[in-house]
Amino acid sequence: MLNNLALIIGVTLMYSTPLIFTALGGVISEKSGVVNIGLEGMMVIGAFIAATVGYYSGNPWLAFVSGGLGGAFFGLLHAVASVTFSANQVVSGIAINFLGPGVALFLSRIFFNGATTTRSIDLDNKIPRLLHGIFPNDSFLYYVFDNQYATSYIAFILVFIIWYLLKKTVFGLRLKSVGEHPAAADTLGINVFRIRYFAVISSGFLAGLGGATLSISVVSNFRPTLVSGQGFIALAAMIFGKWKPIETMFACLLFGLAQGLVIFVGQFDFHISSQLLNMLPYILTLIVLVIFVGKSVAPAADGIPYEKEQKH
Amino acid sequence: MKKSFFVVVMISLMLSFMLISCGKKAEVEKKEDSVKAYKISLVTDVGGVNDQSFNQSAWEGLSRAKKDLGIDVSYIESKQDADYMPNLETLYDSNNDLIWGIGFKMADRVLEAAKQNPEQKYAIIDYSYGDKTPANTIGVLFKEQEASFLVGYIAGKMSKTGKIGFVGGMDVPVIHRFQYGFDAGVLFANPKTKIFEQYAESFTNAATGKAIANQMYKNGADIVFQAAGGAGDGVIEAAKEKNLWAIGVDRDQSDLAPKNVLTSAMKRVDNAIYDVSKKLKNGNFDGGKTLTYSLKDGGVDIAPTTKNHVPQSILDEVAKIKEQIISGKITTPSSKAEFIEWKKANIK
Repeated sequence: MLNNLALIIGVTLMYSTPLIFTALGGVISEKSGVVNIGLEGMMVIGAFIAATVGYYSGNPWLAFVSGGLGGAFFGLLHAVASVTFSANQVVSGIAINFLGPGVALFLSRIFFNGATTTRSIDLDNKIPRLLHGIFPNDSFLYYVFDNQYATSYIAFILVFIIWYLLKKTVFGLRLKSVGEHPAAADTLGINVFRIRYFAVISSGFLAGLGGATLSISVVSNFRPTLVSGQGFIALAAMIFGKWKPIETMFACLLFGLAQGLVIFVGQFDFHISSQLLNMLPYILTLIVLVIFVGKSVAPAADGIPYEKEQKH
Repeated sequence: MKKSFFVVVMISLMLSFMLISCGKKAEVEKKEDSVKAYKISLVTDVGGVNDQSFNQSAWEGLSRAKKDLGIDVSYIESKQDADYMPNLETLYDSNNDLIWGIGFKMADRVLEAAKQNPEQKYAIIDYSYGDKTPANTIGVLFKEQEASFLVGYIAGKMSKTGKIGFVGGMDVPVIHRFQYGFDAGVLFANPKTKIFEQYAESFTNAATGKAIANQMYKNGADIVFQAAGGAGDGVIEAAKEKNLWAIGVDRDQSDLAPKNVLTSAMKRVDNAIYDVSKKLKNGNFDGGKTLTYSLKDGGVDIAPTTKNHVPQSILDEVAKIKEQIISGKITTPSSKAEFIEWKKANIK
């Protein structure tokens, strides 16, 4: 029984890691006042680039960072659109969601002889599993940690780094002020554009890392359906977590846990249809949202482009 | 001003990328031949023509028809479900002798097109309209259960723990054919084997597939068969991490993990398409019918890489069983009801 619990925890960690990276990206961007629904597209490009670089270079860390940079490039596009040109941020985000998979497929065909699925990476060339082979077989810790890739630990460390950045540093305070009242921040000499650029590009970087986690930790190749909606789940987790890093992490863990439970319960021969069972994560989310979370309020200037000449 | 300019730029960028990513749309190749050139085209489903799965296999079949039979061939890729109808119409307008829809997702659209254009011939992979098949349409099905029976037999013989897993994509008939054919094969090899079965309820979520496979391995399984599309990638990844066996599906998936893919239950869409094209050229078109391809005509089979891991003695037994399935001596169940019957008759 204890081992079953361990397995559920293991699944929770595996499933929530990509969500945590991506949702953190969402937090940074929206805290600065730029809605980023392009997370999905940024994840796709990150996943593709990581799988490709990983396959050709054999270096998982180079691949991981390249995936992040790919996402960051799309973040830059989003920033140019929504910060410099004051475009509608939702529209620009949707464009990114089309552009990401399109570019990934296009490049995939160039690099892999016309195939839309990248070649598989050897286990030795994937992100290392830090605690692999340390715990004795069949022990509790074995089932929790043995198969976890380093990316899972990085995700949790990042949660605290970003929490610290937003909560304890001058820069974090400025970033939040830009998201709440950019005009006021501007009059105090804060460069609104620069901060928003930074936030949106790092948001893309994090979403790219989230995608990379999928393609070089969870599996070892990219295929066009790999991400399928996880960027949107991350976006939901961010709202669920009230735009705060730690709460968002818990929201991601809750999604992961629900998934783990579905898989655990699904192994028994109940007379529940597996379709109903698979609604569990969403029902659980609704319940938690209604009972425990309460009102979730976005940053005041979230989604509103800042234009200097604008009169208030 | 700035805004509208930007929107225009963004949209044109998007469109150009979409166009580029569509690649060679409707690539038509001409054949200089004095005899009547037949023209056959296909519409892929959202996987695209290089999906390394059944769409690609379908295109390979048509390409072979072009090479061997001198038929004009072309394809159009669908980027989303909403593209099926426009793509079918485009092909209708370009005077094809036969139009293929690849995949059961397109079933309703192909039927609609077939009713609108009674003079145009259509065919669809992985779907049967049963008695309602229009006279201008062919449904093509595969006996997945026969290939699954063979890989199940191999698994039953190769398992050291006596426990084997099956991960299905969704609870639908085509997956049942894989599942129950496999179950029967496993029990045929070793009636005492315990089989774990679970659906991922997704053909895309690799993490779910991986988690289910890990759970099965934890419960003692040493071989897991997946018929779950992209979710199956996760199953193979789990096998790779644990250094245990996985069994691939649809095509020879050995390249995903050469050391850990024991065998694959292959579905030869290419052979079916080639066969129908050949018949059409010879003047035969089985309109209004559903054709079923099986082991006998090369419609399904086990992967050639099976011999890398499976000892010759078992391969010989498999060859024998294959003959018996073809001759009808061994039946293979394709649904739960048939499986229960089969078990009563064959397993004491």
